[in-house]
Amino acid sequence: MTEQLSDLDRQLINRLQDDLPLVSHPFTALGESLGLSEQEVVDRIRRLRDDGLLTRFGPFFDAEALGGAFCLCAMTVPEDRFEAVLTKVNAHAEVAHNYQRDHSLNMWFVLATENRGDIMRVAKDIEHDTGLEVLLFPKKREFFVGFRVNA
Amino acid sequence: MKLDPKDRAIVEATQAGLPLVPQPFAVVAESLGMPEEELLERLASLKARGIVRRIGAAPNHYRLGMTANGMSVWDVDDAVVDTLGEQIGALPFVTHCYRRPRALPVWPYNLFAMVHGADRAEVLSKRDRIKDLLSDACRANDILFSTRILKKTGMRLRKKKG
Repeated sequence: MTEQLSDLDRQLINRLQDDLPLVSHPFTALGESLGLSEQEVVDRIRRLRDDGLLTRFGPFFDAEALGGAFCLCAMTVPEDRFEAVLTKVNAHAEVAHNYQRDHSLNMWFVLATENRGDIMRVAKDIEHDTGLEVLLFPKKREFFVGFRVNA
Repeated sequence: MKLDPKDRAIVEATQAGLPLVPQPFAVVAESLGMPEEELLERLASLKARGIVRRIGAAPNHYRLGMTANGMSVWDVDDAVVDTLGEQIGALPFVTHCYRRPRALPVWPYNLFAMVHGADRAEVLSKRDRIKDLLSDACRANDILFSTRILKKTGMRLRKKKG
């Protein structure tokens, strides 16, 4: 563990991975169970977010249900061109995540577009910009995961 | 799925997060010029339709000490990949699990399971548990550790013109 977190902070982080109720005062019940006022809950969440322990507070959308499309893509980028290619790839607003990985396919990114047809267009643009082949790994099926980080 | 203009405005107003105040929905509703009750009803409907998955927070894996992440990839018999995929997704340390197409000849793997851990050794021991579970149904596997985050912005709906 790299952070010194209070037990209360840990409980709060764990509880915030559940679903808050859609009510006017969504923090009240959570606060009662932790012995905090709703304002104290809010202040603590803000501090955790400002400290970077929580990345975001709010609704989590299923972007595909919104009509968006996603596709995992991979490229084999020569090491001596890596930074130049990276600049060109990341310049596309549709590149939502991009990771370097230790494999001959060493650049893995996710394209996120509002329309399904745009995935192929952006992939072709990236191939054109970089002169490198983009392999597409669209999801065929998503398996339910019950993963939680235990803070 | 098409969103009506009010639902779309709700998504645009909240996708970067909710205001951290005791009554966040009231603040958003006011900014959208709709009653809080209507906003809550519309969010409930978006949830019932699967567009909103939940309201809450996302922890930062890295800051919580989960600094290693490995994309484990598996070449699994097509006849059983969906059954086994369900079992692997249910493992407590798997954060994402997908069936994807192979890209032969360079990429024989059709099952992807993301594994997080405090270090590579922990990720590798978790990988071994997946290997045990797949047993003879798996012909080959690999694990790709991330060495650098190159970009992480997430998806954003763009504002409609006009």
